[in-house]
Amino acid sequence: MADGQAKSEKDGLVIAGRRFNSRLIIGTGKYKNYAENAAAAEAAGADMVTVAVRRVNLSDPSKERLTEFLDPKRYTYLPNTAGCFTADDAIRTLRLAREAGGWTLVKLEVLSDQKTLYPDMEETLRAAKLLIAEGFEVMVYCSDDPVYARKLEDAGCAAIMPLGSLIGSGLGIQNPVNIRLIVEQTRVPVIVDAGVGTASDAAIAMELGCDGVLMNTAIAEAKDPVLMASAMRHAVIAGREAYRAGRMGKKRYADPSSPLAGLI
Amino acid sequence: MSLTSLSEGYAPMRIIVNGDAREVKAATIADLLTILEAPQKGLAVERNRAIVPKSLYKSTLILDGDEIEIVQFVGGG
Repeated sequence: MADGQAKSEKDGLVIAGRRFNSRLIIGTGKYKNYAENAAAAEAAGADMVTVAVRRVNLSDPSKERLTEFLDPKRYTYLPNTAGCFTADDAIRTLRLAREAGGWTLVKLEVLSDQKTLYPDMEETLRAAKLLIAEGFEVMVYCSDDPVYARKLEDAGCAAIMPLGSLIGSGLGIQNPVNIRLIVEQTRVPVIVDAGVGTASDAAIAMELGCDGVLMNTAIAEAKDPVLMASAMRHAVIAGREAYRAGRMGKKRYADPSSPLAGLI
Repeated sequence: MSLTSLSEGYAPMRIIVNGDAREVKAATIADLLTILEAPQKGLAVERNRAIVPKSLYKSTLILDGDEIEIVQFVGGG
């Protein structure tokens, strides 16, 4: 086995003391059905999936359930607070998630408005502090503002998850400079959450030094979600290896790759 | 469906379950989940905004006017 390959196999992601082999976290929303979702999770090689907390459909008890397709013993469920616009709603949702699942690792997102779903950072920070005080391990969706990222880390968040661009937009990493600043200053994992549209976006996030990427729409709304899930798996691995390998310096002019000596 | 023995003798109560008004003859949360044919696992239940732990389903009484939420994990990003 090549040395590089051995190195990548040991290169796991550790969040709140838990070890994950994959640096790609995928959502479970917007798929045609849960079966397609499960096939995508398999192709993505994901260890962790985000899930939402919603009312049980009491009018149709025979309806498919997520847990029948994505086994919570195999995939770490990361309950989210999607659709919450206040700290109080987010905390209520995650308390219910803890009761339903029995675990404390959660994804906090407190949104500001329907049009942008941009995180409300004041409410997010308030909710994070309250949740951490209750014993939750909080992976937090946040803006790409390094100042708020630091406040969230200081509050004790288990992972900092800045947006690449707006949720579901597929616009990629809009502010790589800020993502890089956050990566440099943060001691817990940094995971780009939201905005990835295609494989190169995921690779860019990883090349910037992020510890992982979380995505949903880029896979779920691809023409072939399972193939895109596979593409994302490769992109995250490629980006990570490129980051660890250390890229060459950029030059303004050509530098020949073949030796000049011995030229006929 | 036959109601459980616990529920006998209780008049139907008007409660709100997951946002919908219902009349049910359920004495406890456990009765209610049975009557509604809710899934056995992976649920969380709130009664009047307070979480009811699974261990207390059988001993938590339902009263007229209660607001009950029954939630589970679904697909989400």
